[in-house]
Amino acid sequence: MTDHTDVEVSKLQELVYELKIEDVMKREVVTVAPQTSMREFKELLRLKRISGAPVVEDGKLVGIISLEDLIKALEDGEMDNLVGSKMTCGVETLCSDDSAVQAVNRMARFGYGRFPVVDRSGKLVGILTRGDILRGLLRRLEVNYREEEIQRYRASHIFQDIVSDRTSLILRYQVQGKDFRQGGAASSKIKRAIERLGGGPPIARRVGVAAYEAEMNLVIHTDRGGEIRVEIQPDRVYILAEDQGPGISDIEQALQPGFSTAPEWIRELGFGAGMGLLNIKHCTDRMKLDSKLGVGTRLEMWFHIPPPESAPKQKEDLL
Amino acid sequence: MDLKTVLEVLEGELFPPPPGLSPAAVENLDRLEFTCGGAADLMSDVLAFARPDSLLLTGLTLPQVVRTAEMAGILALVFVRGKHPPPETSALAAEVGIPLLGTQYKMYEACGRLYAARLPGTGFPDLYALPYGMGK
Repeated sequence: MTDHTDVEVSKLQELVYELKIEDVMKREVVTVAPQTSMREFKELLRLKRISGAPVVEDGKLVGIISLEDLIKALEDGEMDNLVGSKMTCGVETLCSDDSAVQAVNRMARFGYGRFPVVDRSGKLVGILTRGDILRGLLRRLEVNYREEEIQRYRASHIFQDIVSDRTSLILRYQVQGKDFRQGGAASSKIKRAIERLGGGPPIARRVGVAAYEAEMNLVIHTDRGGEIRVEIQPDRVYILAEDQGPGISDIEQALQPGFSTAPEWIRELGFGAGMGLLNIKHCTDRMKLDSKLGVGTRLEMWFHIPPPESAPKQKEDLL
Repeated sequence: MDLKTVLEVLEGELFPPPPGLSPAAVENLDRLEFTCGGAADLMSDVLAFARPDSLLLTGLTLPQVVRTAEMAGILALVFVRGKHPPPETSALAAEVGIPLLGTQYKMYEACGRLYAARLPGTGFPDLYALPYGMGK
């Protein structure tokens, strides 16, 4: 729980730094000219339901006038005086391309709740309150969250959204023989697909490891590569790795731990230890290996996906 | 054991995360917690015996090590004996979000230091009853 909160906080911190003032400020600013009388200003506050306004002359910000200034003018009987004579000059401003975090810092430092926003040339372009920053952050968080959720949702609900008597999703990957650099790329995508479709880490890991061993077998032992076909159903995954490679002469022997026909250069790269098929066998719920010398090899793997309700807690499940 | 402790114990370095890694991802490095460690140069052994949330020490720096770690749920890799990962390995590691560490110590001593610092091993290779007892 605490871990989760920490991650959220850091995500929020990241957003405060990323968020620009111009992304969250209000652009429609009610302004007054210095020549406006305080009486007219009072009407403006009433009509627009605001409590203050920047004072602008020829597009440039020259001051700010607030409800407080108005009350003072009322008390002193100076309602016919001009805004220009009652406003606060030397206003603290924010720059539109500053980050939201700078705004938060300045608000804290000066204790103002509202800052006029100017562009680099000093022209007034907006106004910013604490509420604007908060709204902007919430909106951004929601967008980020929804983007993630939508991708996962779309994928994991495919089986609910598309109705048939038996729905399955088929993924096909071509694996190049002897292309060691790319070896594992298909398995990585398969593992991610299982995760996206809502499979928990244990099943994704089992499928990933088995697919990876099968993929590396295609890379190592065949010249022309082969195909990995993955069929996913809500409760099971079936993988077929097929090639027209050299074939296996003795399947019993191939399943012995430590037995390997991998060439020396493959062993130097950390593969071909004679554990691959055994690894696959123990990651799958069922495995079937057919091979004919000179014709090719068919490796079939079945995995059951435990229903989410009966799945134990993630942590225990992993171990 | 966290990443900072691993680096201290191994007097190691964290290979610079490639540009483009988000600040949150970099910050996440501090939150990694390894439950155990393992060492191997044979990737099939890693796939057979590695545990999720573990740390892998290896002398191999090819991209396949990263793929193997990704599949096995390994959180981070340590290259021993002062080896540096080639660019394609770093690139793949960045893509799948696995931090790469390096130490000048040789395999035996690197493992010994971590074990002495109480990072346990992956347990006995109770041949396959252990790693894949998951959900079966």
